Amino acid sequence: MQPKPPSKPGRRKFLIAATSVLGGVGIAATAVPFLGSWKPSARAQAAGAPTKVDISKLQKGEMMIVEWRGAPIFVVSHSEKSLSLLGNNLSRLSDPDSNQDQQPEYAKNSLRARKEGISVLSGVCTHLGCSPKYYPDLGANDFDNDWQGGFFCPCHGSKFDLAGRVYAGVPAPDNLKVPPHYYESNKVLVIGQDDEKT
Amino acid sequence: MFNKVLGWFDDRLPVTATWERHLSKYPAPINMNIWYLAGVLLVLVMVIQFLSGIWLLMNYDPTAEGAFASIQYIMRDVEYGWIIRYMHTTGSSAFFALIYLHMLRGMLYGSYQKPRELIWVLGWITYFLLCALGFTGYVLPWGQMSFWAAQVIMSLFGSIPVVGEDLLIWIRGDYLISGITLTRLFALHVVLLPLALIVVVFVHFLALHEVGSNNPDGVDVKKYTDQDGVPLDTKPFFPYDITHDIYAIGIFLIFFCFIMFFYPDGGGYLIEAVNYEAADRLQTPDHIVPSWYYTPFYAMLRAITFPLFGLSAKFIGFVVMAAGIAIFVAMPWLDRSPVKSIRYKGIYSKLFLIVFIISFLVLGYLGTVAPSPFRTTLAQIFTFTYFAYFLLMPIYTKYETCKPVPDRVTLS
Repeated sequence: MQPKPPSKPGRRKFLIAATSVLGGVGIAATAVPFLGSWKPSARAQAAGAPTKVDISKLQKGEMMIVEWRGAPIFVVSHSEKSLSLLGNNLSRLSDPDSNQDQQPEYAKNSLRARKEGISVLSGVCTHLGCSPKYYPDLGANDFDNDWQGGFFCPCHGSKFDLAGRVYAGVPAPDNLKVPPHYYESNKVLVIGQDDEKT
Repeated sequence: MFNKVLGWFDDRLPVTATWERHLSKYPAPINMNIWYLAGVLLVLVMVIQFLSGIWLLMNYDPTAEGAFASIQYIMRDVEYGWIIRYMHTTGSSAFFALIYLHMLRGMLYGSYQKPRELIWVLGWITYFLLCALGFTGYVLPWGQMSFWAAQVIMSLFGSIPVVGEDLLIWIRGDYLISGITLTRLFALHVVLLPLALIVVVFVHFLALHEVGSNNPDGVDVKKYTDQDGVPLDTKPFFPYDITHDIYAIGIFLIFFCFIMFFYPDGGGYLIEAVNYEAADRLQTPDHIVPSWYYTPFYAMLRAITFPLFGLSAKFIGFVVMAAGIAIFVAMPWLDRSPVKSIRYKGIYSKLFLIVFIISFLVLGYLGTVAPSPFRTTLAQIFTFTYFAYFLLMPIYTKYETCKPVPDRVTLS
């Protein structure tokens, strides 16, 4: 048996449209908790709390790796020699003046540092997130004929100088990030916060 | 008695009708050759993966603290745990090897052409799901390679302009790959993706059995039928075709077991040595490579070293890599040839298919080795030829001279 055609086709059309729209809104609203549940949980956010680091034992020319938000942070104490070399290499860098927004205001200087002689850098390559290796030794090596000291990423060959500035012509587009940090005292570095108040 | 019981069921469920439609009366072309085995073997491997996967699940611990140790527990302490795990790792490589052969079969004999476009599209979705299953499963042992492969692959989403960074944090559920990411990939790997796979494969079969199988000659076997409407150049799938298949399954299983028992690591290609170290979020291994079945696309990703149209090189690389996987889906509409099978296509189709196969293999090799300037140039050239096969297809298939197609299937 064929169903009868509707006596008011406009009314039926309106009802179908209204039901579809309302159903669509309902599905969209239901999707909110499912999609939102993928955002970092309170526990994951709490892991982003500041980390205190004792830097009194860090010798000149050494690097220590500390963990903040589950990611490696490089704390490098530069030797006099490596500090003097930092200016030599500018033509090979893609952003020597740190114009890209990869650091807090107070680190927007030639060393990208808050404190003379110490760099605090995110140890996550700006290409695809591997952790670069620290190569402080000067001279030719496997990946560079005239290495001035810095970081080399083993995954895709990106190079950074000792201040975390990226070389031109490597896959990584930006300088290494400088995380928010401040010095509570000469011995204690706090990573994850710009100053004591915030 | 049996007929009575069967009759009782048939009145309530189409048992006999389904058996006949899909097996005992399904017309399989008589000229099907060895290429047609990949499909049957894929079903077998899917069963192997489901079984071994469920058994692994009984002892696996999907937490950052426990995952790596639970794999060692399965390997050393669980009775037959090692065989079940190696079955699953060998199965994943077999899955990809077979699906690549299955896709190449389709490309050889034009199995994607009208009226089989939907079968091809559904098969392509299956391949895509398999890629997702491979990636999510690879992360679960939580070794060094698991961790950093996840880090690199997920970071690709961070390269999307504007929304990338937030999207990345949303996918990971954390600021770096962590136990939260692991547990979510675990849920996808063991529930959502396998469910989707079953559904899509089922519909793939429904579509195939609606229009019927293609054959190496690419001729329509339904053109000539006997008085009962059964195509002349076909035989029933059951029992005639299945007997061939059982023979092939036996040989395949011998080969499968040989790898599973004697070379489960496959010289570092099936299971990388670095993955026997627990994940260390502060140290990247010196050389990271994806599983062999992704290396052609990984080589494409690395081949893009230059920014384009104001977009970063890594985003363009991501797009090219995704396009390399996605472009297969367009084949039914790229091929303008009046004939299906490579046997009767012109010289250009043959040449381009050879170029495509070489490109795929060379890119696959380049993806496994460390990049150098020469290798990057090579990868760029072969990425270009890979896409040329697809993008020039509407031209060379249209203007080449094809051979005459026989009226009925040929038997060599």
